[in-house]
Amino acid sequence: MNRQTLQQTAPHTTQHQTGNQRFLPDNLNGAWRNRLLRWETLLLVFVALAFFANTQLSPYFLDPWSLSDATFNFTEKAIIALPMALLIIARDIDLSVASTIALSSVAMGAANSAGIDPAGMVAIGAGVGLLAGLFNGYIITRFDIPAIVVTIGTMSLYRGIAYIVLGDGVYRDYPQGFAFFGQGYVYGVISFEFTLFLLLAVIFAVILHKTIFGRRVFAIGNNPTAALFSGINVKRHRMVLFTLVGLFSGIAAILLTSRIGSTRPSIAMGWELEVITMVVLGGVSIMGGAGSIAGVFIAVFLMGLVTFGMGLLNVPGIVMSIFTGILLIAVIGTPIIWRRVVQAQKMRSKMRGG
Amino acid sequence: MDTPVLELKNVSKTFPGVKALDGVGLQLFPGQVTALIGENGAGKSTLVKVLTGIYTPDGGEIRVGDTVVEFHAATDAVKSGISAIHQEAVMFDELSVTENIFINNQDRNWLGMLDWPLMRKRARQLLEYLDVPVDPQTPLKNLSVAHKHMVSFASAISHNSNIVIMDEPTASLSHQEINDLYKLVRRLKEEGKAILFISHKFDEIFEICDRYTVFRDGQLVGSGMIGAVTQNDLVAMMVGRTVEQVYPKTDAEIGPIVMTVQGLSHPTEFNDISFDLRKGEILGFYGLVGAGRSEVMQALFGLTKTNAGSMTLQNKPYAPANTSQAISSGLVYVPEDRQHQGAILSLPIFQNITLPRLGGLSRHGFIDMACEYDVARHYAQSLNLKAASLSENVENLSGGNQQKVVIGKWLATNPNVIVVDEPTKGIDIGSKAAVHQFMGDLVAQGLSVIMVSSELPEIMGMSDRIIVMHEGRIAARFDRDTASAEAIVTAATGAA
Ligand SMILES: Nc1ncnc2c1ncn2[C@@H]1O[C@H](COP(=O)(O)OP(=O)(O)OP(=O)(O)O)[C@@H](O)[C@H]1O
Ligand SMILES: [Mg+2]
Repeated sequence: MNRQTLQQTAPHTTQHQTGNQRFLPDNLNGAWRNRLLRWETLLLVFVALAFFANTQLSPYFLDPWSLSDATFNFTEKAIIALPMALLIIARDIDLSVASTIALSSVAMGAANSAGIDPAGMVAIGAGVGLLAGLFNGYIITRFDIPAIVVTIGTMSLYRGIAYIVLGDGVYRDYPQGFAFFGQGYVYGVISFEFTLFLLLAVIFAVILHKTIFGRRVFAIGNNPTAALFSGINVKRHRMVLFTLVGLFSGIAAILLTSRIGSTRPSIAMGWELEVITMVVLGGVSIMGGAGSIAGVFIAVFLMGLVTFGMGLLNVPGIVMSIFTGILLIAVIGTPIIWRRVVQAQKMRSKMRGG
Repeated sequence: MDTPVLELKNVSKTFPGVKALDGVGLQLFPGQVTALIGENGAGKSTLVKVLTGIYTPDGGEIRVGDTVVEFHAATDAVKSGISAIHQEAVMFDELSVTENIFINNQDRNWLGMLDWPLMRKRARQLLEYLDVPVDPQTPLKNLSVAHKHMVSFASAISHNSNIVIMDEPTASLSHQEINDLYKLVRRLKEEGKAILFISHKFDEIFEICDRYTVFRDGQLVGSGMIGAVTQNDLVAMMVGRTVEQVYPKTDAEIGPIVMTVQGLSHPTEFNDISFDLRKGEILGFYGLVGAGRSEVMQALFGLTKTNAGSMTLQNKPYAPANTSQAISSGLVYVPEDRQHQGAILSLPIFQNITLPRLGGLSRHGFIDMACEYDVARHYAQSLNLKAASLSENVENLSGGNQQKVVIGKWLATNPNVIVVDEPTKGIDIGSKAAVHQFMGDLVAQGLSVIMVSSELPEIMGMSDRIIVMHEGRIAARFDRDTASAEAIVTAATGAA
């Protein structure tokens, strides 16, 4: 829309204010932007520290192939973290993502056994994820049940179906053509998975920060009632977000299944917490309404580097999950505690001064 | 002359980019009501928050009686005998009336446990004192807006403080509730309490206040006895110029019917609502708080489901399933409750203003930020919004300026029919004239306006026709020329 139509469509300024108009700058010397970037900057510092620590731990760390290998253990989770960030910003959450991976992986395994070709398997993997997400979204918005309740339910449900289908069996023997998604390289040491993640990160950043959809996601997360009064179809947006998360869980399932070349019903167990930790560590408010893709992007690398470092130190898996738990609490708790400390400090200095 | 029970000297408070209070002073006297007036953003609510320990001032002195006090928390102020009804009262919908009244000063029994029987008893006494016919046990969410206000009054007087502050207590009340409040104020006065009364309504200032204090842009510009000044004097002090408080009803050409509503009914809220609306017309809806006006309007906007009746808009059947359908059909609703429904407080001003019309500011779903700022600035400036920048969060604005953001947001959608619910609630006199002027401009351009208002002068001054509702039904209809204040009020109370 150009200036002229703006003038036409807007009623003219009333007499009363002319000569008395206040100048309103777009923002105060970028203060707004600075505030937004502060957490991201801190994260970058941590990334640098973790990177340095890893170089000290292993002389082979800086080797391009070893760096490339390091990306594999977080890329699939990171791909789910992107839509999950949008979902959490909109005040929702999905705990069923890891179970969706299991369901989707089992579906692909079954399809493979039935002789369906890799292209068909990919479609089935993504499709099952999408349907799982759609189901979550439908139940949550149609019956107005909190997301956390429904997705805890479907977390057991989806995983349960995977167990029923597969028992303690395993699907193997994925065809050669399917291996590319999780094992292929696009250019030199750059894997297909990692390239896909970079691409998706850019796309999600644009969606969240530059489009109407993204703006509405923020609006819903900040005040769902006012969003509704502003003509936003809140339910439909929530449905779309759950479906997106499901779809990308399906895509993660394709990558993961292809990479490890087998499906067990326990596949991706516990991933939902790691995905959510990435999102929250990236500065997305667990209460909704605030966050950025840049933050999540950096947090993904931080998590990746730390887990890789612990791998180099031969830290057992259970300790890693203890670490993830502590990280989650620390990240959510620190800002809250910080605020209290600052307030107490202010109070004390005032009492002394006055 | 009396000695003041509360005295402020040289108090300042600065926010990033704004000097909200700049060395102000204030005196309150026992048994007297002092009016605090000033434009939106003049610093009135900031002063209230300083006096109640919510904000700590950057400098200055607060004296209660003979002692200099410093407040670090809301409880400190209560201990010094100051309590307040805030402009945006924090109330808890899920809690009971009793729990809300005693939210920050619970009674305890000798074991140190919360003494609910005592609190319930006191709550009942307070509600009786205030003449509010509600059970202290009911959850707050079941109460009407007016009764919720009364609960916040009950909470304020439950401390039995000597100093009572009221920040725009009548902004969303209709005449009946306002009269009840006046009664309360007079009683408190007789009991020797000092009252600070913030208001944008001059009739009530002259009716119940004894003194005045005027702020402009965070500074004290005058104070004295109400008897010694006229309304024009006060306005001149407030805005630094004169404002004509005539309702600028421009004679827009009334055209063909744009909307009809036939027998619209809701199981509990309203019944058999029929009217039509013409192009270029302002249709006023008057009634007591709780008469069902907002519910009818929300049904027009696709928010409330109806169980009978039909509507047409622009000669086409109109049955909006949701708000976005209503907006794309050209009907918008400016809600009364700006904090919850109207604005998104934790987002910047410009994002609030453009939210319902983002479609028109984008290409293939991508927002054109430059255009977005332009539109936001246009509406912000034409409503004379006071803010440090367009990226300021709405929660940092004064109450009246928040209301301006909400109005700007809906004007920006270029609707055909605009439904405004209490459009000038909490807006200062100059900006009120601007909002009325705006409405005049809108109808002159061929829009139609439905205006819900509890302010009789506004309804009578602005409307072409007036519909009065009582207990969910239409009680009377008036034309502009035949309407009289008595007839309207009688119809609203159901006595007609
Ligand atoms: N928390 C805050 N952060 C930043 N600025 C603030 C904050 N609170 C108030 N202000 C600014 O301080 C100024 C005074 O606001 P205040 O709420 O005291 O006005 P007011 O006189 O009560 O106006 P109204 O009549 O609209 O209620 C305004 O410009 C407002 O934007
Ligand atoms: Mg105020």
